[in-house]
This record gives sequence, C-alpha cells and structure tokens, in this order.
Amino acid sequence: MIRFENVSKTFVSGGRAVEAVKNVDLEIGKGKVYGIIGFSGAGKSTLVRCINLLERPSGGKVYVDDVELTGLSEAELRKQRKNIGMIFQQFNLFKSRTVYENVAFPLRKSSLTKAEKEEKIHQLLELVGLTEYKKAYPSQLSGGQKQRVAIARALANDPKVLLSDESTSALDPQTTKSILKLLKKVNEEMGITIVIITHEMQVVKDICDEVAVMEDGRVVEQGGVFEVFASPKQPITKNFVDSTSNLSRIYELVEEKHPLTVLKKGQCILRLRYLKQDASEALVSYISRKYDLDMNIIFGNIELIDENPIGGLVAIVSGEKASVEKAITYLENKQIGVEVILDA
Amino acid sequence: MLEFLGKIIPNVLDKPDALAESIQETLIMTLWSGVLIFVLGMAFGIILTVTKHGGICENRGVFQILDKCINFFRSIPFIILLTGLMPLSRFIMGTAIGVPGAIVPLVFGATPFFTRQIENAFAEVDPGLIEAAQAMGCSTPEMVFQVYIKESLPGIARGTTITIISLLGLVAMAGAVGAGGLGDFAIRYGHDRNQADVTYVTVIILVIFVSVIQYIGTFIEKKNIH
Repeated sequence: MIRFENVSKTFVSGGRAVEAVKNVDLEIGKGKVYGIIGFSGAGKSTLVRCINLLERPSGGKVYVDDVELTGLSEAELRKQRKNIGMIFQQFNLFKSRTVYENVAFPLRKSSLTKAEKEEKIHQLLELVGLTEYKKAYPSQLSGGQKQRVAIARALANDPKVLLSDESTSALDPQTTKSILKLLKKVNEEMGITIVIITHEMQVVKDICDEVAVMEDGRVVEQGGVFEVFASPKQPITKNFVDSTSNLSRIYELVEEKHPLTVLKKGQCILRLRYLKQDASEALVSYISRKYDLDMNIIFGNIELIDENPIGGLVAIVSGEKASVEKAITYLENKQIGVEVILDA
Repeated sequence: MLEFLGKIIPNVLDKPDALAESIQETLIMTLWSGVLIFVLGMAFGIILTVTKHGGICENRGVFQILDKCINFFRSIPFIILLTGLMPLSRFIMGTAIGVPGAIVPLVFGATPFFTRQIENAFAEVDPGLIEAAQAMGCSTPEMVFQVYIKESLPGIARGTTITIISLLGLVAMAGAVGAGGLGDFAIRYGHDRNQADVTYVTVIILVIFVSVIQYIGTFIEKKNIH
C-alpha cells in the first residue's frame, strides 16, 4: 500500500544540513495498522510527511497504492492527497468553522450533491459519536472530541490511508484509549490502512499490527508487534519495550542498593522473559517444586499482545547454587529468556 | 438651544454649508482611499505571507522587494509624501489638488501600514491549519481564501479599524495642502482666523467618527471570534 524506496530528507537551516530521514526502505501492507515509534527528533514525523509529501524527500521514491507520488505534478499530487487522510497532535481544526463545517471542508469540491454531502457528513459524525455537536465550534469541545472531529474530517474523502501524527499525545490516558479504539474501528470496518506515529509504546501495543522503530533518521528495527516486543534486538527497542512495563525498575533498585535487593548468601535475582507465543505452562511453580527453590516475585508484568501473553517476571530465588543453574537451563529450554541481575 | 449654541460656537453656526461640505469631503476621501488601501493592502499582505520563508509559495526575491518597498514608504513622513507625490497624482488623477489629488498620497501613506496589519493577522493563523489544508489537497488560492482569510477575520477586522482611524488623521493632514475636508476647515477658520470654536467642533466631530468606526470594528471582530 505504502512503499518507501531509499527515502532521505535533509533540511538545511542556517547553512547547516540536518539529515532527518536517512535511506529508509519500508513497506506498509494494505489494511494494516502500522506503528512508527521513536523519540522526538528521530525523524518519524518527517517520514510520515513524506507519505503525503508535506515534506518532499531529498532522495528516493514514495509509492502509495502503486502511484509514485514523488513523480507527480502539484495538481496530480493534490488529487492523490485526497486518498490520504491525516490527523495531528494539535487537532488542527478550523476555529472559525463549526464541527459540521470542518467535516464538510474536504467535500467542497466533491462531485456529490448537496443532499449526499449532508448524508455523508451525518454518517461521519455518527461514526465518531458527535452528532449532537455539529453546530458547536472547536473551542467548545474537549481534546478528545476535537480529535474525533479531526478523524471525521480526515475520512470525508473516503481515503485509503489515514496518517496519524502523535494524535493521542495531547490526550489523557482514558481519552487516548477511546481514540485508539475509534481508529481500530476505522481500520476494521472501513479497511483503511493506518500509519501511526508515536513515542508511546503503549499505543503500538494497543492497536498496531506491525511496528518500525526509528532512531536518528533510520528505521533500526521492524516487524510484527509481538515479535518486536518479545525479542527486541536494538537497545532503543529494548528501551521502548521496557517503558511499558515496570520490570526494568529492578535495575534502578539494584543501583541504589534498595533493601529489597540486598541478598543473603545463596540468593540471586533473576529476570525471566516470555519469548514464545505460549506462556500458559505453570513454569514458576514447576521449577520451585522440582529444584526445591524459593521464588519471591518482586515485579511481574504479563500482557496480551495479538492474543499472546508477553512480559516477564523479576524474582529473588533462594536455593542451592547447582539447583538454580539447573532451573535456568530448564527455563532456557522452554524458550524463556533468563537474565541473572544480581548474584550473592 | 440655538441661542445657547450661538453663544458657544457662533463661528460654526455662521457657515453650516462649509461645515457640511468639509464633512462630506472627509468622508469621500476616507472612503475612496480606504477602498483602494484595503484591496492593495490585502493583496500585498497575501503576497508577503505566501512568499515569506517557509510560506506556501516561498519566493525570496518577491518577498524581499515588497518588504523593502513597504519599509521605504512607511519611513517617509506623510507631509513629504503629500508634496512629493504631486507629479504622480497629476499623472494618475489629472490633478494634484482637491479631493482627487489627495487620494494618491493617502493610498501611498496608508497601504504599507495596512499591509503590515494584514501580515500580522495572517501570521496568527496556526501553521498547523495550513499543513492540514495542504494534506487535504487544497490549492494555493484555496488556502489563501478558505484558510488564511477565513481564519483571520477577527485580526483583519482589527487591522482595518486601526487603519481607517489613522487614515482619518492622514485625511485631515491632507486638508492642510488644499485637499479640503475637516482638517482644511479647522485650519482655515479655527487657526487662520482664530475662531477657536471651529477647531473644537471639528475635533468633536472626529471623535464621533472614530468612536463609531471603533464600535463597528469591535462588533465585527467579536462576531467572528468563536
């Protein structure tokens, strides 16, 4: 659906060239919800703007639905842009227009009759649940409602692709959930491919099928969300994965010599990661019985991604050194990642 | 009542026709030059906004030339424009005196000011809206009319009000060099013939004009803020 071929974007400001996007090759499949995650300045916003050419790439080609956008004239490009809806962090609604007029804006030049337009706008407002607000002005709406209007507006031209640039970053967690749910609905019911730019792993976890991790203008890791979550390869990806659980808190505790991490002889702290798509076995109680170990779980985080449990545990294990080693081998054979964080 | 007025403003009651005529001249000069200033200032404001660095039709050459011209005309004192532009007035309007002769210097005097007002009003439009409009496939004219102008109506109303009021001041000054109007009336009688009451009445009339303009301007501005 969307294809980047060796796309680069260099900004020149004050005589200094800044490479915001470096040689990105990426393919985003039709009907997917695709996340692009990175810290601010990683180039993800620039990359997504290369899809509808709000930023023209300095090099490389961009295809949307097999049309090479980078090779089009301005007029043809404007036409193609109607196939690509976009929503923003700051909503970008027209303050001088009512909710109804904002949604009607992209339809000004459509070939629909007046009645068809009204019907269409009504349907869109119903989809986003704002029918009774159609005469309100944006200043009278909450952040979540504004984003809903923006989504309705972005869908007015029946786009094939919806780009979301940090669309939930200015919203509280509960509103974020409801907006993500709406996006998922748009994806599933209307078959629209969605590209989501975010710095929050939680967003990726909640609705994305696939994810690309960006750092310093490059895509450093990509793949299915479960795959990336279960076995992150790049340090930055690990960082993002950690950001959604409390498991990495243990490193801070060890560092500051928290009483909890002061071990007695024969104890060690283990971190277990579920890597396989099946964590239904009772592993903890099994090794505890079989190797005669005491397991004191201090952090735990298990979540469902793509219907599969993912996450891990941090536990203080006490027992014979040899037994602990056997237990580790057993777990590793069961596709559990084991890390010895501290050993006394 | 008339008796009372006759006591405090005898010299004004002497010449009601001259007063009426000068009010009319002031209104005509303000209206005609105002219309031209509005159209030109809007056009220049739009050109500056779209051609500036990062604008939707960035063009350094056009921007720099227009920007410098505006600064140039803004720095010339109006009284110098009045005399300096006489040849141009004669060429365009056929005369350099009277009401028609004042139009050219008034336009040159107030258009740069109004252009800056419009430029400011457009600068307050959130760049995010321009980006959103671009993403929706809007052309440049659509972005100018549907986004820049539509979204900055309160700012345009404010800038227009300020400009008309300062234009009223320029019109009075133009009177001093023979363009007629209230300024001419006040100087000819109030100053030259030492009829102070004429000056006071002129000032009061101008205060009323300014108040009415400000009231209408504020009303339009408020109506467009949502």
